[in-house]
Amino acid sequence: MIDAIGLVIAIPLLAAAVNGFFGRRLGRWSGWLATLAMATSFVIAAGALLQMLSLPVDERTQVVSVADWITAGAASVSLNLRVDPLSITMVMVVTLVGSLIHLYAIGYMEHDPRPGRFFAYTNLFCAFMLTLVLANDFLLLYLGWEGVGLCSYLLIGFWSDRPEAARAAKKAFITTRVGDVLLMLGLFVMFVHFGSFSFDVVLGSEGSLPVIATSTATAISLLLLGGAVGKSAQLPLHVWLPDAMAGPTPVSALIHAATMVTAGVYLVVRSHVLFEISDVALDVVAIVGLAGALYGGLASIGQYDMKRALAYSTMSQLGFMFLAAGIGLFPLAITLLVAHAFYKALLFLSAGNVMHGLHDEIDVRRLGGLKRDMPWTAALFAAGALSLSGLPPFSGFFTKDSIVELASHDGDVIIFVLGSIAAMISAWYIMRPFFQAFIGKQRYEGKAHEASWLMRAPLLVLAAGGLFIGLSLAFTPEGRLATFLEPVLGPVVEGDAGPSTQVLIAIAIALTLLGFWIAWWLYGPSKTEQWISFPEREPGMAGALGHGFYIDDLYAWVVSNVGLRGAAFLAWFDRTVIDGAVNGVGHLGRWASGLAPIWQSGRVRRYALSFLAGGVALLLYAVVRI
Amino acid sequence: MRTPIAYFLVLSAILFALGTTTVLVRRSALRIFMGVELQLNAVNLTLVAFSRMHMELDGQILAFFSMVVAAAEVVVGLAIIVAVFRRTGSIDVDEADVLRG
Repeated sequence: MIDAIGLVIAIPLLAAAVNGFFGRRLGRWSGWLATLAMATSFVIAAGALLQMLSLPVDERTQVVSVADWITAGAASVSLNLRVDPLSITMVMVVTLVGSLIHLYAIGYMEHDPRPGRFFAYTNLFCAFMLTLVLANDFLLLYLGWEGVGLCSYLLIGFWSDRPEAARAAKKAFITTRVGDVLLMLGLFVMFVHFGSFSFDVVLGSEGSLPVIATSTATAISLLLLGGAVGKSAQLPLHVWLPDAMAGPTPVSALIHAATMVTAGVYLVVRSHVLFEISDVALDVVAIVGLAGALYGGLASIGQYDMKRALAYSTMSQLGFMFLAAGIGLFPLAITLLVAHAFYKALLFLSAGNVMHGLHDEIDVRRLGGLKRDMPWTAALFAAGALSLSGLPPFSGFFTKDSIVELASHDGDVIIFVLGSIAAMISAWYIMRPFFQAFIGKQRYEGKAHEASWLMRAPLLVLAAGGLFIGLSLAFTPEGRLATFLEPVLGPVVEGDAGPSTQVLIAIAIALTLLGFWIAWWLYGPSKTEQWISFPEREPGMAGALGHGFYIDDLYAWVVSNVGLRGAAFLAWFDRTVIDGAVNGVGHLGRWASGLAPIWQSGRVRRYALSFLAGGVALLLYAVVRI
Repeated sequence: MRTPIAYFLVLSAILFALGTTTVLVRRSALRIFMGVELQLNAVNLTLVAFSRMHMELDGQILAFFSMVVAAAEVVVGLAIIVAVFRRTGSIDVDEADVLRG
């Protein structure tokens, strides 16, 4: 099955084409076609995974050659797919979570007039995402990278008749473009240095490190990180992610939680060899991750829109992944990525159920007590929240908290303290919308209808995965997924500094319970009156959290003041100086031509006088000459 | 004894200056025309005078040509003046300035 890995990309691509061209005729069958395509991809990927597991550890990296792509002079780029433990892990996540979300979307999009277009976009997205993770060189990776960005744009703006969706789509595209340009520059530097984009050359193969100076590696790494920061919505390019929630909820789950936004993490982890050569780059990754984890968590607390809260939560979780990568725990970053894909998709789709059952109402101030009308959804959301928070035996504990734990073992006290605070905040921010929306008094009109079985069944699978995948993949820090990834990412080295593991586990559990208690204390059923009027009570704090510390407003201010004033100055410069020079030449000509007609007075006697003057002048000249 | 050439030239210069002054200071097209004729004849006189001084006929022949051309020119010029007068009701040359630039 490894040799047939190209089909994993080809089948969704084909389905996207069919849905794109014949979606109108397929009607509601387009969703089933898309889901079937993803499921087929998943089966092929699973077959490839099983085949890989039967191979000896040192033969698990295989390159499947598809075609020659670009040949220009000495440089040639082949269309090669790389099947190794890292890429197959990503493929499994994308195809499995993708299949489930497609299945869910059939139910979610049943009232939409254009399901064909929607499923064409999502299938195309999956094809690009799989290209991204299966690429064997940075150029093909970049193709997938831009492709998922395009699909993200198309899907955020899917409801193109809504102005805020169109705006959010543009914002996402332009913001990530800043990162994409950095990534592209990184690829240029890479090509200048190595003369190749191939992973085998750039990242070394079979344990041999690439030949590169530390400074060059730092430059490439930081530029790659710039791309990753844009795609994974980390500071300071995170502003597009909360707005991206204007898209349909399955899109938020698939692209802006489970897969595309993790592409940045994948890029950093995939290029870990370069990052490890340069200590600076790795430290920057850790700082970016830690800042994102704290910032996303705090901003999530201030959101009344449940999907925006989940978007900031995604940013926080991605921050944890970058943190793990930044302190060298690459397998843990991937483990968290896998677990996060499940429970964050689950959380988003539960929020989608709420929207589906309540006419797109998603503001927690107008929800409350949903567990009576939507017991399944409430239970599923609770499962997602428990998975995310760090309570054993659920996934968050084995993924997120083990990152913090290993940081402590390495002696990184600052990372341990701040990471623990971020972990505590994550328990707080994820229980908050649960308490606000699902328990307490009902604050919405009418009756919310529970989601159909079609929209519950995929969530049950995701819930099972979200709750227990951490347990199965990472029971010990050197757990099974980390061991599986070892040929690509190297072993997880565990230090022995700081408190013992038991103490750290106790601290983690205590902090998680503290987060739960804070959430209950602030947002419990008896506190509804207080938190609903919170902005009036504490305008500074709630405003800061709710507006994500005004970074968006800062950008808006910078753009509207500096940008527009700069543009106004340039417009003035254009009108006055450039146009002035051009028009000035015209004016000069006209003025000069205005001088000439003084002689053309039309008065005969003046002409006669001119004759006379001319004649006298000639005579004088003749006299003087003689 | 012949009359010295200088007399002719002085007379011619006086006639030419009178003609020129008439052309420059008068506003009536007819008077200007008369000034132009005076200039022409002053020049003719010079031609004839020099011709006699050199005892050759070239200058006299040229004077005849000049008179013939002047006659034709008078016809054209008067026709123009009549046309202008018909059109504008005036023969003041300062008013006929539509060809100014």
